[in-house]
Amino acid sequence: MLDKLIDYLQYPFVQYALIVGVLIALCSSLIGVSLVLKRFSFIGDGLSHVAFGAMAIASVLNLTNQMIIVMPVTVVSAILLLRTGRNAKIKGDAAIAMISVGALALGYLLMNIFSTSSNLTGDVCSTLFGSTSMLTLTLTDVIVCGVISAIVVALFLIFYNKIFAVTFDESFATAVGTRSNRYNLLLAMIIAVIIVLAMNLVGSLLISALIIFPALSSMRLFKSFRSVTIFSAVLSVICAVSGIIISILAGTPVGATIVAADVGAFLICTLVGIFKK
Amino acid sequence: MSLIDVRSLTLGYENRTVLRDLSFCVDEGDYLCIVGENGSGKSTLMKTLLGLQKPFGGEIIFGDGLKHTEIGYLPQQTVVQKDFPASVREIVLSGCQARCGLRPFYNREEKQLADRNMERMGIKEYSRRCYRDLSGGQQQRVLLARALCATRKILLLDEPVSGLDPMVTAEMYELIEGLNKEGITIIMISHDISAAVCYAGKILHIGKKTFFGTKEEYMASDIGKLFIMSEEGGANA
Repeated sequence: MLDKLIDYLQYPFVQYALIVGVLIALCSSLIGVSLVLKRFSFIGDGLSHVAFGAMAIASVLNLTNQMIIVMPVTVVSAILLLRTGRNAKIKGDAAIAMISVGALALGYLLMNIFSTSSNLTGDVCSTLFGSTSMLTLTLTDVIVCGVISAIVVALFLIFYNKIFAVTFDESFATAVGTRSNRYNLLLAMIIAVIIVLAMNLVGSLLISALIIFPALSSMRLFKSFRSVTIFSAVLSVICAVSGIIISILAGTPVGATIVAADVGAFLICTLVGIFKK
Repeated sequence: MSLIDVRSLTLGYENRTVLRDLSFCVDEGDYLCIVGENGSGKSTLMKTLLGLQKPFGGEIIFGDGLKHTEIGYLPQQTVVQKDFPASVREIVLSGCQARCGLRPFYNREEKQLADRNMERMGIKEYSRRCYRDLSGGQQQRVLLARALCATRKILLLDEPVSGLDPMVTAEMYELIEGLNKEGITIIMISHDISAAVCYAGKILHIGKKTFFGTKEEYMASDIGKLFIMSEEGGANA
């Protein structure tokens, strides 16, 4: 077993998958804490469906670089969703549900009508649940992912105290002159970027799991914002690495295995949390 | 010169005017209580004072070098905060966010300020405890310490005793009175008219009729008598 693992680790595609997995897990868990606490968990879900819709449009248009469409559409939707969350006629949760199922349906419809592929179900399935493309990453993919992750982590560290303030109490933060709207916008944009990045890894249906589970697990055990954030990052990376390794060894789907690891970690943390009390 | 001078202010939300032509002033060292029926515009007035929303008309003039971002604000608790994993120290420190501007981390001076204010509110020993594990009264002290970090001279308290039991309520009022005696100006929004006429120096009553004056004038006025009677009648009923 161990020999088999060491053997696999020699291959660049396995190394790439692990690097990208770790980076995405790290970024999504950092932002996840804020998102869960701000009651924005659903935004991740909604946005991932939007990204799926955009992906469908991109593949219908036969674009080689689908990011050109997927990234801007998702970022704009993130901004719109946060805006409408405040004071629109359609309340936040309803707006998210509407956009999310709407995009999902339209995306599938488009792919169905215009698809040139012979294996439509397979295409849709791999966009939704993550594909083997995780194991066909190129060096360029890895570098792009590395640069974006570095930016996300840097932004998070620089604005850590502001993000805490805005997450804990937006009206107080605004009253003392912190531009809460800007930080909400920043969070929305970061989350959109992470979702697009993570689509390759776990597919658009399972992305929310990467964002939500580590934060929730960590909140069972820790009592300060800083320790919750650090532990959720560590846990998320551990789950991603073990998920990828298990999936390679056992031949299971990458995305679902990582999410299963996250669910398992959540159950363990919940139990430990109960016994600690 | 007054700390805050409000002149013929008209305010509301979503194009609906709730208050017209409101004028009052807050001087240094005042203890002003804002009372009124539900929906009379108390929270709208407060948001406008804090600069969270724009008035429809009139103006608010800050004197003595005060900026609206230097008002220490004690908001009502939100649902989000009920199960928020944050240590007391993290929350109190976040009161210094205006001081550090775009600097990413708090400096030593700000950390000392947070420590001092935790001591002042008697919560130093809880500084590493989790906010959600504290009692309601302790949580209010944490938020008060945070507000003190944000201000040098004026606090705006939004229903500071709502949801607290009578013992803790009395403690809270004493704490606030103590701060006022130290020279901090207090503006308090309250449902609790009996406490308002007990502790406050001035009363601003808003609603269909507006009253602004000292507590003694208020208790002698028709609007004051009526309101105190109806509220106390309501409390006894």
